[in-house]
Amino acid sequence: MPQYFLAVNHDEAEAARLSALTPEQMQPMFEAVGVFNQQLQDAGAWVFAGGLEGVESSTVVDGTGDRPVITDGPFSESKEFLGGFWIIEADDLDAALDWATRGSKACGGRVEVRPFQG
Amino acid sequence: MEVIERVYREEFGRVVASLTRRFGDIDVAEDAAGEALLVALEKWPVDGVPPNPGAWLTTTAARKAIDRIRRESHRDAKHQAALVMVDDTPHEPTGPVEDDRLRMVFTCCHPALAPEARVALTLRLLGGLTVAEIAQAFLVPEATMAQRITRAKKKIATARIPFRVPSLGDLPERLGGVLAVVYLVFNEGYLSSSARTSVRDDLTAEAIRLGRLLRGLLPDEPEVTGLLALMLLIEARRSARLSTDGVLVPLPEQDRGAWSRPLVDEGHALVRECLRVNRPGRYQLLAAVNAVHTDARSAADTDWAQVAALYDRLAVIDPSPVVQLNRAIAVAELDGPEVGLALVDRLPLEGYHPWHATRADLLRRLGRSAQARAAYDAALALIDNPAETAYLTRRRSEVTG
Repeated sequence: MPQYFLAVNHDEAEAARLSALTPEQMQPMFEAVGVFNQQLQDAGAWVFAGGLEGVESSTVVDGTGDRPVITDGPFSESKEFLGGFWIIEADDLDAALDWATRGSKACGGRVEVRPFQG
Repeated sequence: MEVIERVYREEFGRVVASLTRRFGDIDVAEDAAGEALLVALEKWPVDGVPPNPGAWLTTTAARKAIDRIRRESHRDAKHQAALVMVDDTPHEPTGPVEDDRLRMVFTCCHPALAPEARVALTLRLLGGLTVAEIAQAFLVPEATMAQRITRAKKKIATARIPFRVPSLGDLPERLGGVLAVVYLVFNEGYLSSSARTSVRDDLTAEAIRLGRLLRGLLPDEPEVTGLLALMLLIEARRSARLSTDGVLVPLPEQDRGAWSRPLVDEGHALVRECLRVNRPGRYQLLAAVNAVHTDARSAADTDWAQVAALYDRLAVIDPSPVVQLNRAIAVAELDGPEVGLALVDRLPLEGYHPWHATRADLLRRLGRSAQARAAYDAALALIDNPAETAYLTRRRSEVTG
């Protein structure tokens, strides 16, 4: 079955808004995402999912040269970065978009859908 | 030769759609259809056009596709066997919804594709236009158009955009996207944004052909009927729309005797059908507005109250300022240019040339000449279409005082 990567991308404004929320304010979102994850599992569409720590905890490794170059933070140009993701199985793009719509509602953010190779 | 190309063009969409369903690969289907044409060009002049040219082309193309799949060594043996073992009888459509072309329409117009790619794919795969023709019609280099189409086809394959009519729940919205593509093709032909026109007549004809195809496939969807009616009623006035020296002739000044009576009659019949179904939508309401115009024996006989009422109903579905602008034009006819202008001036449409042209006309009728001239200038600064430029330039020169 084809697999799709559902990415929740944040821009700086969204990240700032999210980090300003209290745990109580975050709670409904966590619950909605929990329900969505259960739906994925019940439907047999679940592969893997996770939320990521903030972009300030990110480290970039460039191993393309002779020695690895390790730098702090994401690529300096990026305006958007990955906040969390799901990997799902779906028959086709329409099915994946349907899951993405529900996931977007649950987490309160836009979701990018990309097919895996193969 | 011409007969062969005409038949081929008519049958192309059916052949490609049928092969795409069968082989699951648009490129294979498209190439095989091209090879089948070469065989037809060789055989038909000698043997004559077969009684069912569509079935002949489909069968011939299917053989070519199987040959190609057998030849291609990089495909794994299992995949090959599966394809070659497929039943070789031609596909018998079991009903309108089963028509492969309908699946193809929804694939080409999938919202996951860029809007300009949807238009190009629809014209290529359903309309059978060549990449060169599409490029010429949209005034982009052929290489750019080829790349656009290739990229879209690649996305269909890699993202697995399904070759399927959407489920009932998704159908209204997805159908809206399909109709938007057809109407965009029509408008590009009807009121092209640029100077060249010869290819553009082909675009309106192609849009109407697609509209008829959709109506044949989805006869119970009133918006499909409405869009066809709308296009026919606009097309009916085409020969009266341009003067012999290429100047745009606006509706009130058109020679109504030059309108195509058969197209008007067909459009009116479709509008009546929509009224009976009574599930109004955007295209049906626009068609009804056009029917009010084509119903009037002279411009003075136009039932402007009816036009304004129809735009009121449209504004409920589509509260855009462009709809409000058209409503204001009807109100100006009913209640005078001053009332119309007050409505027009409230609309945030400074970048939309019809807004300036409408203001110019209302200001001219109110005798506010300096303001009228400035509004004509603002409209002229925003357009490239030579017929419209000529018309507005003439209008501007007629403002006195």
